[in-house]
Amino acid sequence: MNSKIRNIFLADSTLVPLAAILLGLITGAIFMLAGGFDPIKAYGSLLDKVFGTSYGFGETIRQITPLIFTGLSVAFAFRTGLFNIGAEGQFIMGMLASAYVGISFDLPFIIHAPLAIIIGALAGGLWGAIAGYLKAARGVNEVITTIMLNWTALYFANFILNAFLVPQGKQNSEPVKESAIITIGWLSDMFDNARLHWGTLLALIAAVVFYILLWKTKTGFELRAVGLNPHASEYAGMNVNKNVMNAMFIGGLFAGIGGACETLGVFHYMSIMSAMPGYGMDGIAVALIGGNTPIGVVLGAILFGILSFGASGMKFGAGVPVELIRVVIASVIFFVAAHGIVRYFIKPLLARQKEES
Amino acid sequence: MKKVFSVLSVAALSLSLVLTGCGSKAPEQGQGGQANAGGGQAAAPTAKIGMVTDVGGVNDNSFNQSAWEGLQKLQKDTGLPEDNVKYLQSTGDADYIPNLTQFVKDGWDLTWGIGFLMGDHVKKVAEENPDAKLAIIDSVVEAPNVASVLFKENEGAFLVGVVAGSMTKTNKIGFVGGIDIPVIKRFEAGFTAGVKAVKPDAQVMIVYTGAFDKPDLGKSTASQMYGSGADIVFHAAGSTGDGVFNEAKDRKSKGENVWVIGVDKDQSLTFGKEITLTSMMKRVDEAVERVSKDVMEGKWDSIKGKTINLGLAENGVGLPETSKDTVPEDVLKVVEDYKQKIIKGEIKVPEEPTK
Repeated sequence: MNSKIRNIFLADSTLVPLAAILLGLITGAIFMLAGGFDPIKAYGSLLDKVFGTSYGFGETIRQITPLIFTGLSVAFAFRTGLFNIGAEGQFIMGMLASAYVGISFDLPFIIHAPLAIIIGALAGGLWGAIAGYLKAARGVNEVITTIMLNWTALYFANFILNAFLVPQGKQNSEPVKESAIITIGWLSDMFDNARLHWGTLLALIAAVVFYILLWKTKTGFELRAVGLNPHASEYAGMNVNKNVMNAMFIGGLFAGIGGACETLGVFHYMSIMSAMPGYGMDGIAVALIGGNTPIGVVLGAILFGILSFGASGMKFGAGVPVELIRVVIASVIFFVAAHGIVRYFIKPLLARQKEES
Repeated sequence: MKKVFSVLSVAALSLSLVLTGCGSKAPEQGQGGQANAGGGQAAAPTAKIGMVTDVGGVNDNSFNQSAWEGLQKLQKDTGLPEDNVKYLQSTGDADYIPNLTQFVKDGWDLTWGIGFLMGDHVKKVAEENPDAKLAIIDSVVEAPNVASVLFKENEGAFLVGVVAGSMTKTNKIGFVGGIDIPVIKRFEAGFTAGVKAVKPDAQVMIVYTGAFDKPDLGKSTASQMYGSGADIVFHAAGSTGDGVFNEAKDRKSKGENVWVIGVDKDQSLTFGKEITLTSMMKRVDEAVERVSKDVMEGKWDSIKGKTINLGLAENGVGLPETSKDTVPEDVLKVVEDYKQKIIKGEIKVPEEPTK
């Protein structure tokens, strides 16, 4: 048993991200020292912000939830060999569609909230499928189309909001109907009014679905096969184009649900955005750190959630500018991507382990 | 050779860890010294005042920055310890409530929400924490523990309207607005009224760009206005207005005689006196300082749950000192006359544009 746990921790896929995180934190600390700040106090107040109060802890869960969704979205497409930079846009479409359903319809809770989430998911999925279609039918690189579709989604959402959902002279839409809200009242009360919602549970379910879909079904086998080698898959009789579209659609679904939960669970309104919310871009990093596995994505999202929510605690407690946490995050991504460097650092450790065994 | 490298890299890592350990001591000593110095004074003030910026951030050249300058000035003037005034920046909508809550839960004496965008969030935090003291700029929050600060932008805009009306040579003047919201409407109303007061036949072109953060849009709008004969453009459009200055600079360098009237801060300091005629200053810094001071002096009960309106009489809006370099003395005299009349109530400046 003991050795099993040991093996998990010393496996390459665990050790590299862990070392990368450590190196990222150290890089951040060096930058803090250069700026005349106290890194230990800074990281201390970061953790204090996250774990110090029940409110902070609840809000951190709130921050983690959308990252799980966008991380899954990116990871899913990646398993099929696609680079989905468009989780951001799919997320926005999910927000918009669910806000529309939430505001315009009048239904009982049991139908209204699920309907809003499903429509949000479909909006995200279809938005992703556009890029999938262009790739399948025309061979357009999905990196380019998804990036462009992000901007299209942003301005399309602003247009729809301005034209239909936002009252004159305001920046926010009308609130969604009570029956569409998925905030968990009693849990929020328990966490001192932190904005906790059913979306977190959905995110964990989505991670399980992600696993079952990819590894336990025929569709999943095809999707992964296309990702590993499209030519061989085609030769084996799989429809590569169909799988490309499926992967982008399902990836979009994940991001879309994330957006819907954000609107229905956290804000209860949608505001005219001057910039992208950023969850989709962080989702890329989350998927990367998580090695495109569902458990990895959840863990990656937890790390990112803690870092980005705790950042303001760092500012509050140690005066470190919030921008510095982006340095930490960026260095973590850098070290994960450049795992050759990390292997270099952990080589002595690995070597010693080999000697022992 | 490779082994040497790995050993070295491990050494470097541990060294950096040791370094981080050392670094922790120095600032604490500094703080200790400060505390001692403060302890020597009789009854040193201990109030803690925090502010939360909107997405513009604390270096936005506009009201967030102005508010923070106000708090810093307060800290210096009253001898508060440096750590007793703080700001938290918001990177998105999701941050407003946690940031406000951070100050509130930590027991700060006053928490500022800066800007119209934070209205609903300040209200929610105020309701969840009835004992907290909050204040907001540019929005009215109806809660017993929130002080709302509004500015009579129309009064200040009236005065820059008088300047524009007196100094235009083409009888055409432009107004570039940001988003069509009540605050900006007050700018428009006051400005138009000011122009008409001194030059009834002047034409004021009004365009709302629909954004506070699109300098390119500001530039193209200004280009249209100058192109159709306007020689002075007033902007109330945040950084969209930067584009107006940019266009004016281009035209000035080609020999055209065009001017811009700035907003919120003395923008001649940023964009230069060659193109900045004057600015409609909105003293967010003064407001923040004033209300915070009231709280420090125990006057919270007289302002809580109320809306404070700051106009010309309260020095909440006005023209900057530097305008005397760009605006002739006789015009400034006229401006001063109107200012006195508004303060005395002889002139009522409209808050909404007349159709």
